[in-house]
Amino acid sequence: MNSFSESLVVAASLVSHFDPNLLEIVELSLRVSLTATLASSILGLPLGAAIAVGRFPGGQVLTVLLNSLMGLPPVVVGLVVYLLLSHAGPLGALGILFTPAAMVVAQTILITPIIAALSRQIVADAWGEYREQLVSLGARTFRAALTLIWDTRFSLVTVLLAGFGRAIAEVGAVMIVGGNIDGVTRVMTTTIALETSKGDLPLALALGLVLITIVVVLNAATQGIREWARRRYG
Amino acid sequence: MNRRHWFSLAAAAMFAMVALPASAQEKFIVVASTTSTEQSGLFKHLLPLFEKDSGIKVRVVAVGTGQALDMARRGDADVVFVHDQAAEEKFLNEGFGVKRSPVMYNDFVVVGPKSDPAKVAGSHDILDALRKIETAKATFVSRGDKSGTHAAELRYWKAAGVDLAANKGAWYKDTGSGMGPTLNTASSMNGYALTDRGTWLSFKNRGDLTILVEGDKRLFNQYGVMLVNPAKHPHVKVDLGQKFIDWLVSSQGQAAIAGYKVGGEQLFFPNANG
Amino acid sequence: MAEPSPVASLPIVCSGGEVRIGQTRILSSINLTIEPGTSTFVIGPNGSGKSTLLRLLHGLLAPSQGAVTWGGRVGPPVRQAMVFQRAVLLRRSAAANIRYALRLVGIVGAEARKRIDDALAEVGLKALAQRSARVLSGGEQQRLALARAWALRPEVLFLDEPTASLDPKATRAVEDIVRGIHARGTTIVMSTHNLPQAKRLAGSVVFLDEGRLVEHSPAHEFFASPRTPEAAAFLEGERL
Ligand SMILES: Nc1ncnc2c1ncn2[C@@H]1O[C@H](COP(=O)(O)OP(=O)(O)OP(=O)(O)O)[C@@H](O)[C@H]1O
Ligand SMILES: [Mg+2]
Repeated sequence: MNSFSESLVVAASLVSHFDPNLLEIVELSLRVSLTATLASSILGLPLGAAIAVGRFPGGQVLTVLLNSLMGLPPVVVGLVVYLLLSHAGPLGALGILFTPAAMVVAQTILITPIIAALSRQIVADAWGEYREQLVSLGARTFRAALTLIWDTRFSLVTVLLAGFGRAIAEVGAVMIVGGNIDGVTRVMTTTIALETSKGDLPLALALGLVLITIVVVLNAATQGIREWARRRYG
Repeated sequence: MNRRHWFSLAAAAMFAMVALPASAQEKFIVVASTTSTEQSGLFKHLLPLFEKDSGIKVRVVAVGTGQALDMARRGDADVVFVHDQAAEEKFLNEGFGVKRSPVMYNDFVVVGPKSDPAKVAGSHDILDALRKIETAKATFVSRGDKSGTHAAELRYWKAAGVDLAANKGAWYKDTGSGMGPTLNTASSMNGYALTDRGTWLSFKNRGDLTILVEGDKRLFNQYGVMLVNPAKHPHVKVDLGQKFIDWLVSSQGQAAIAGYKVGGEQLFFPNANG
Repeated sequence: MAEPSPVASLPIVCSGGEVRIGQTRILSSINLTIEPGTSTFVIGPNGSGKSTLLRLLHGLLAPSQGAVTWGGRVGPPVRQAMVFQRAVLLRRSAAANIRYALRLVGIVGAEARKRIDDALAEVGLKALAQRSARVLSGGEQQRLALARAWALRPEVLFLDEPTASLDPKATRAVEDIVRGIHARGTTIVMSTHNLPQAKRLAGSVVFLDEGRLVEHSPAHEFFASPRTPEAAAFLEGERL
């Protein structure tokens, strides 16, 4: 048996038939991970920019902490979020355990440090270049941070993609907090895990190929927009 | 102008976020169950029938029996549907469950390589077969994950008089994972493994493995269902959960269970009424 | 045309101002007063501290010793602007760069639009108003930076070698703009390596050498007969 060629065939037939089950799973994956990426950028971009621009005690420590948090093991995040959202936990009253919202929370926690740490680096570099000009114009720290985020937006898009990539490829956390419930919280990665454990390796691999393809297409599209924007806005 | 692009992008993403809890209105319960039940495909067969009868959606979170019971202890499920009688009774005695209703049984089988180094093929005596495997030091792959199947396996070893703690050598592989991954491991190492028949029948990556030991009465595996005690967790959906349990043990439910077949073989045998 | 301001920036008085970065002393005990309406040119060799002096007078650097005051106050007022040796423009259109600076000082709406138009027209960039500032040529960027500073209607305008990378025609254009701005009452503090330019525009000349203020004289005197041997040598080098 050649798993690879078999998988290619399975993947092709899944995609070409617009398998409704697959579509639903892909859609949920995208929805959860895009939402998490959005939430993380709302949190992470200003945080990264603030650390880059602001001079406050503990800034260095915070940077080290953020850089380390980039390597958070998803399973640990999943477990912690599970314990928080569990009915017996402090946030149990929300009742969002085993829903997509819980998966968004877990992924947001997972990728906010990535987005904050990478954007801190980019904004700090820009701050070196812009600082005197912005101070001369009378921009205060907060305004300067926003200006820098906006001015480095094309580079920051890459940061968001890195976050999104990690979110959508992650399985450990969403498995625990989502429960991999058929039709409710089953996303691409948990489906792959499930099919693997059922021993249906070709199907699992085919789903993996679909996942990779989606990520590649998304990256390529973003890269295209970025290039276009760079040419236009310099 | 470029600004407008960005705002519309952000707005679209916002919409995605708002649209997330789309199905919050529907009637549903959360059932903590086992991977073997889920992976056998039984739920895919049963739940649409139940939903059609009742209008209630069942969200199954499939984990090991131990984890399923823990989940229920924390109040994260309305119903538990598992197969480890001893653990279930402990759960009841702690006051977390209301009542245990037997639903069905399936059976365990021992699978192993066709070459069968321990010479157990065709045996109907599980204890004797395990003793032979141990004596031959043939590779045996265990779940090792505190699941119902794992608990059953440990009981068989004990009954066979094999002291695992003393004899655990390189031949005994503890995977600490679900049934599927355990079978994947057994298949790649050409080892023996204890599995429920349901998972085995729907398992695709068999390699050189085949069923070697089956048919021993002691290999029967009883499934029970329990409502999580609302006295412990007031948010438990008592009405909806009880409806599901009642349906499972009703004649329709029992018939539905008996009607589930894989490759023409019946996997689960209803026995709610004795 | 400079509007009446509640906070006067002038005169700028630097007394015993010293700038040190780490162990290196970059400026030592500078005594200098910038009077309203003057046009002061800072000249001196590379690394003599011209840019640093401009930053100090603009309030971007705090003196490690001595003091700088603006209209008698310690904090630098907002009614000054600086065009840097290397223009820093935001990644947005030429017009939006000016709009951004105006918004920071609270000027929006019709008044902002008018100032943007005027400023772009002044530096000859009207046709490029909507082009992204980052894709403009070096000279165009320099002129945009000047337009942005001018749109703020500062009391004092600092210019750090604004014509260093411009062709002769653009240099003349910038000189004309600076002259026009000065004629409307704005105080000018500018550094340059272009001595003929200083001759054309300067009211007074500050000559720096190795971080010390060597000479501060009216421009015609400075160029006719420098009082110090260092200045004389510097002017001599120019003639060779
Ligand atoms: N941040 C800094 N750290 C260390 N040294 C500095 C720093 N800024 C300036 N210097 C040094 O201070 C001296 C004066 O620099 P400044 O930029 O003021 O010179 P300048 O007169 O403007 O020179 P140029 O004609 O090349 O523009 C130089 O020797 C420079 O290397
Ligand atoms: Mg300089």
